[in-house]
Amino acid sequence: MIEIRFHGRGGQGAVVASNLLAMAAFREGKDVQAFPYFGVERRGAPVTAFTKLDDKPVRIKSQIYEPDHVIVMDASLLKAVDVTQGLKAGGLVLINTDKKPQEVHGIKGKIATVDATAIAVKHGLGSREAPIVNTAILGAFAKATGIVKIESLVESILDSAPAKKDENAEAAKEAYESVLMGGE
Amino acid sequence: MFKGYKDLPCVPMTWDTTLVNMTGGWRTYKPILDEEKCNKCYICWKFCPEAAIDVDDELKEVPKIDYDHCKGCAICANECPKEAIEMVEESIED
Amino acid sequence: MVKKVITGNYASSYGAKLARAQVIAAYPITPQTSVVEKIAEFVASGEMEAQYIKVESEHSAMAACITASQTGARTFTATSAHGLTLMHEMLIWASGARTPVLMTNVNRAMAPPWSVWADHLDSVAQRDTGWIQYYCESNQEVLDTIITAYKVGESRDVLLPSFLTLDAFYLSHTYETVDIPDQDEVDKFLPSFDPPYKFDVEDPHLFGSLSFPHQFYMEWRYQISLSMEKAREKILETEAEFKKIFGRSHGGLLDTYRCDDAEVVLIAAGTMASTIREVVDWYRDKGVKVGLARLRVFRPFPVKEVRELAESVDVIGVLDRSYSFGYGGAFFAETAGALYNVPDKPLIKNYVVGIGGRDVTPDTVSGILNNAISLKDKGELDQEIEWIELKEGGD
Repeated sequence: MIEIRFHGRGGQGAVVASNLLAMAAFREGKDVQAFPYFGVERRGAPVTAFTKLDDKPVRIKSQIYEPDHVIVMDASLLKAVDVTQGLKAGGLVLINTDKKPQEVHGIKGKIATVDATAIAVKHGLGSREAPIVNTAILGAFAKATGIVKIESLVESILDSAPAKKDENAEAAKEAYESVLMGGE
Repeated sequence: MFKGYKDLPCVPMTWDTTLVNMTGGWRTYKPILDEEKCNKCYICWKFCPEAAIDVDDELKEVPKIDYDHCKGCAICANECPKEAIEMVEESIED
Repeated sequence: MVKKVITGNYASSYGAKLARAQVIAAYPITPQTSVVEKIAEFVASGEMEAQYIKVESEHSAMAACITASQTGARTFTATSAHGLTLMHEMLIWASGARTPVLMTNVNRAMAPPWSVWADHLDSVAQRDTGWIQYYCESNQEVLDTIITAYKVGESRDVLLPSFLTLDAFYLSHTYETVDIPDQDEVDKFLPSFDPPYKFDVEDPHLFGSLSFPHQFYMEWRYQISLSMEKAREKILETEAEFKKIFGRSHGGLLDTYRCDDAEVVLIAAGTMASTIREVVDWYRDKGVKVGLARLRVFRPFPVKEVRELAESVDVIGVLDRSYSFGYGGAFFAETAGALYNVPDKPLIKNYVVGIGGRDVTPDTVSGILNNAISLKDKGELDQEIEWIELKEGGD
């Protein structure tokens, strides 16, 4: 089983992202589970969401405590939340930032970065103050891990994104091409 | 801080008051008072369901909106007879 | 001390007055109405110093009582059937907030079809709300239980709400002699309510706020379960203390009658227990070893007492004046549950009886006793659950 934990802020689309990733994996024949952990729902508050995928039925219905990978949709969360808590050895931390992986400090493990905010804004997803970065960061995740193909992801977005399907698909593709991989 | 059932008070409560609940974070629209238009009638203070508008004891100053607790319900703006309160969309940076 | 011939409803009103309830919030419903009418008279005439809050529903009545209790006031309300079930949400709130509200519930059947007569479904359906539940047999017990139940519920070990139930009409509208104790004596027995935490503008706290799964919701629920356990001892202790002053008591959690050498025992709650008492005597006169165990307190359930009773008995017949559609009456299911882990269990049979106020007569009781005795002789059940005096038709 592969377990992915999303860290976002309310309004950024972390919950939808966990769903879209599950749908993409489902298209590739995986059994999947995606769910959020809600606090008091409000814009800007830290949000956690989870995606699990496996070749066997996914039966464990509890939160993810030891993720294989972590997706951080807002770099400001690095100060507020211990995003690598429980991260398995060799696991990837994908961060939405305009910095290069080697410029991100204080995070142990393998780091990848993508400027999902710039990509989202360019494609008209959300406002500059509140960009909706979920589809862009999923494109980057597809490239960085190879867990799902970009084609499956794009199909899922075109099928299920709540709005601006084409723009979201384009954002995912652009992020797929522009993700930066760091070393260990 | 509590550790378990043995040290919890028997009533579900905290030692703090509701002032620790920063409900201002729930706001989508922020009330902005135009102090020039305000005639200090304090109707906004009277109607605020969250007691998030403060007035001074001498009733000399314009009301002060407590943005830590204002949830942005816009009742004050709706009630203001001088239309001195404008609801402005919040940005996520705040 | 004065003796008066009054209804069970008035016994409730006098109980609330003697206990010096400070806030009463209630909504009228047949057959409860005269409980709160009488209290309204007491308040209007100044005989009772209390705030009487008129509300638009039973849900609001309970909400008002909870909040008043959180300020440190002793609170009382009364309801029945649809009123009680409308309160359901607030009942759970009352125990969760640890407010020892006290309520009289007149046990009445739930519609449809409409029925205003005795049936225990309304209160039995509140089993899991965290309320202490007393089922009364006489008007005297109603009055006395109000006084003792406040003391139990308000004790700091317990801090839980309680209701007592009166069978519709069999108690609510039945006149019986009731010994009304002197106010001075009640005052000596029952101190004023002094909660450990309350709404206080000089010392504000945050009550009943959000508790995340990783925080303490579960622990607060565990605390309620511990307090329910404490309530068992506290009920017995308080009754013993009451008896010392007032010279009477009502049998603790499980009120046994002629059970010492009994081979067959009926467990029942409410007014039918009084009829069973009489019929038990008739059988005893003939040398038949039968007894009654009156389920006086349903929550906390008298597990220890039921187990002790079962040690020497061959057959227990449990009479339920309500039914849990899908499997058995609640009193039966709980009795059977309490005995499952005990070796050498007696046979246990469920008699569903008196639903919708159908009269439970001495003949009804004799029929049940005869059946239970036949089970003892055969050493096995004929059926596990039987609806008694059911009209079959179909000819």
